[in-house]
Formats: sequence, structure tokens, C-alpha cells
Amino acid sequence: MSAIRVEGLNYRYGAKQALTDVGFEVGQGRFCALLGPNGAGKSTLFNLLTRLFVPPSGQIHIAGHDLQRAPRAALAQLGIVFQQSTLDLDLTVRQNLTYFAALHGLSGKRRALRIAHVLERLDIADRAEEKARALNGGHRRRTEIARALLHDPKVLLLDEPTVGFDAAARAAITDHVHDLTTDGTTVLWATHLADEVRPDDRLIVLHRTRVLRDGLAGEIAGGRPLQQAFLTMTQAPA
Amino acid sequence: MSRYLTALIAIVLREALRFVHQRERFVAALVRPLVWLLVFAAGFRAALGLSIIPPYQTYITYETYIVPGLCGMIMLFNGMQSSLSLIYDREMGSMKLLLTSPLPRWWLLTCKLLGATAISILQVYAFLAIAAALGIKMPVAGYLTVLPALVVAGLMLGSLGLLLSSFIKQLENFAGVMNFVIFPMFFLSSALYPLWKMAESSELLYNICAVNPFTHAVELIRFALYVEFNGPALFWTVLAAAVFTVAALWGYSPRITGPRGRG
Repeated sequence: MSAIRVEGLNYRYGAKQALTDVGFEVGQGRFCALLGPNGAGKSTLFNLLTRLFVPPSGQIHIAGHDLQRAPRAALAQLGIVFQQSTLDLDLTVRQNLTYFAALHGLSGKRRALRIAHVLERLDIADRAEEKARALNGGHRRRTEIARALLHDPKVLLLDEPTVGFDAAARAAITDHVHDLTTDGTTVLWATHLADEVRPDDRLIVLHRTRVLRDGLAGEIAGGRPLQQAFLTMTQAPA
Repeated sequence: MSRYLTALIAIVLREALRFVHQRERFVAALVRPLVWLLVFAAGFRAALGLSIIPPYQTYITYETYIVPGLCGMIMLFNGMQSSLSLIYDREMGSMKLLLTSPLPRWWLLTCKLLGATAISILQVYAFLAIAAALGIKMPVAGYLTVLPALVVAGLMLGSLGLLLSSFIKQLENFAGVMNFVIFPMFFLSSALYPLWKMAESSELLYNICAVNPFTHAVELIRFALYVEFNGPALFWTVLAAAVFTVAALWGYSPRITGPRGRG
């Protein structure tokens, strides 16, 4: 069973087409990069995958649950890291995690155990009692990834999670998230930076509202650096 | 514990924590009605003659008259403040966190509403305590019987805030709310003057005041403070709360087409 299955997705903002017949599947435990230049439709796709928007046509299945027909079952299997930081800066890391865990119905001992687990997993346990405001950008992002994992979702969505970070922080976050697939978590990682994608990652190239390429990153790159292949693909005349 | 209850406690606690962190908001919320009570009321006492109208049994001072209206004012401003914070949440992205939680959206928004109502009730009691310390006292039982009235009024004004926040797309547009919602609702109500006074000067204005849900919220509070029940006021306040809530939930339901261009 696919962890993410998207079929025939269309979306428009008034007269402006944002997604055209987008479809793909991602298997369980895979790291899938969604690569596309700015304006390709990545954020729109995220808004649809997280049900902030509803598509007029097409289907989305998350871990086997139809997002339209069984939204709560589907959302329960989804961990989300938005492009924009969504931490409450006046609360500590632990308070932020506690609040989110409660939104997913976690309470008591189970909540405490899950919080301890994700703090450990993202290597931020020593920051738990610090206010989010006191953290640097990289640690804030790690806190958000930890938060997205609290309810043990099968699928983790990240919308350009490294935007605005220096090379070291970007590499650290990219490595952390790649590691998550070892325990079976499926990752969909939207980015416009080709250097975050590894050759054996699954790669979907989104361009001008459509899926332009879908396959293994190494094969799509065809022996060239992926960045170069990506630029060639996306700068070709329509 | 039920998932619903867990989320409710978390959302109300977060609202409370946020309120505690914003001490100036609490001070401002108290100073505003106190200025009206101590300055405005003192000036108007001489100008306005009040006859005996229900629920009052005797002649009252103007300060006494406007206390329920000022309780309503606190709740009105608080409703708008929570609306402002919802718009802020949306601009900052934390609203997405709430809306992508696997609990039904109506419940999550209801939790927000209950949190905002609880905070505005706390503020009203703080104001009533200060007013009592200044000598403007209500019947002792009134402080208890006003609680359900405050809950209903708070929910009505909170749901109005929720409704506004679902339609206001940007923080900058919020200034219009001050001009077109808060001021008309407050001044076109029985908060500062009895409606019969308004009828003396303009029949039209009187009719507007009479259908303003804020008037009914204020009258509900006024009667409850004097341990009396005002059925019509309760009916209209509950009806307004229901209409605002349903419209707000509709406003927050996921959209089939997007409002503006995004990448």
C-alpha cells in the first residue's frame, strides 16, 4: 500500500491555474523530494495534502485513508512541518510540544513518553525548557520536526523546511529527516534546492503546475549534477 | 481522557498563558472601562436624568447604570481582541497547526471560543471587584447570577470575533473593525443610555439600538446583576451567538478555490 497516493489533482486561484492533473504515489519508508522552482505549485500541493484547501477534482490518500472522505483518519497519520515557523515563541519547547500533542488527543504518561522520545530523536532534549524565542533557526526547525512526529505519523510532510538557513544547518536538518525513514516513516520534502536530494531518493519534479519528472533522483540527473539537470529541465521553453 | 477534552484543556490553557504573558493587555482591558466609569460617568451624571426602569427599584446614579454596559464593553473588546489574535495566528501560521489537527474543525474553533470567553469573564469580574471597591456595588447574589449571563454574552461576542476573523484576510484590515463594528455596536446600544432616552431623540436610532445584539447582551447582564431574568434578552443573545457561530464555521471550512496566488 502506498503511504501517499495522489490522483488527478487540479486547483486554481480564480483564473490562475495552480496545479494541473497532478498524480504520484510514494511507498512506505521512502524519502521523496518534491523539487520545483518558486511558483511551480509546491505550496498549493501542500495546502491540499494537509486539507487546508479542498481540491475541486482528484483524490488524495494518506496511509490508505481518503483525505476527502475520512479527513480525520488521514490527518492523524500526517506530520506536517510548514514553511513558515509555527512555534509559539513565548512558550518553551516542551510547552509547544505539549500543546500540539493535546491537539492530537495525547495526554498523561503517553504524552510525556512521546515528548521525551521525539526530543531525543531530534537531539534537542537539552533545550526542552528553553523558550522557543531563545533558539536559533536550526533548533526551532528541529523542534517543529520533533513536534510533527509526536503522534507517530506514518507520513511526514515538510514544505521547504530549510529556507533561510546556512549550509551547516541545512545539512543537519536534511540528514535528520533522511534518518527518519529508517523506522518506516515516509517523507515528502518540498524544496527548490537540488543539493538537498540524494541520488537514491525518490524525486518528483513539479514545474508550471504539472509533474514534469517522476523517478529516482540519480536516474533523473542522468550522470550530471542534479542541480544542472534541474535547471536544464525547468528552463526549457514551454 | 477523551481526545476532545484533552484538546479543549490545551487550547484554553494556551489562551490563558498567552493572556498572562500580555500583562499590558489585562491592564488596558481594565483601564478602558474604569476611565468610562470614573471620568465619563462623572461628567454625564449631571447631564442625564434617569427615571426608574427595570430592573432598578429606585433612582440610581449614572455610574451604577453604566456598570453592566461596561461589562459588555470588556467582552466586546475581548471578542475583537481574540479575533485579532486569530488573524495574527493565521498570518503567523499557527492557525494551520490547529486546522490540520485530526479533531473536527467545529470543535477546535469552539475550544478557541470557550478559551476567549473564559478570559473575558475573568476580566469582567476583576472590573466588578474594582467598581465595588469604589462603592458601586451590586446585590451580593448578583455577582453569582451574572455568571451564566456573562457566559452567553461572551460566547456571542466571541463568535462575532470568530466570524470577523474568518472574513478579514489581513491584519491591516482590522482597523476597519474598530470603526464599523466596535463603535457602532457600543454606541448604538443600551450600554451608555437607556433606550427610551434614545427614542426621545430619534426613532430610527432607537430601532437600530433595539435590534443590536449587543443591547440584548448588556440587558441580559444588567438584569442578571440584579438577580432578575430577562427572557427576550437571553433569546436574542443566544440567537445572535448561534448565527455568528454557524457563519464563522462556514467561513473556516476548507475552500475549493484559493483566494490569491501562491506558489
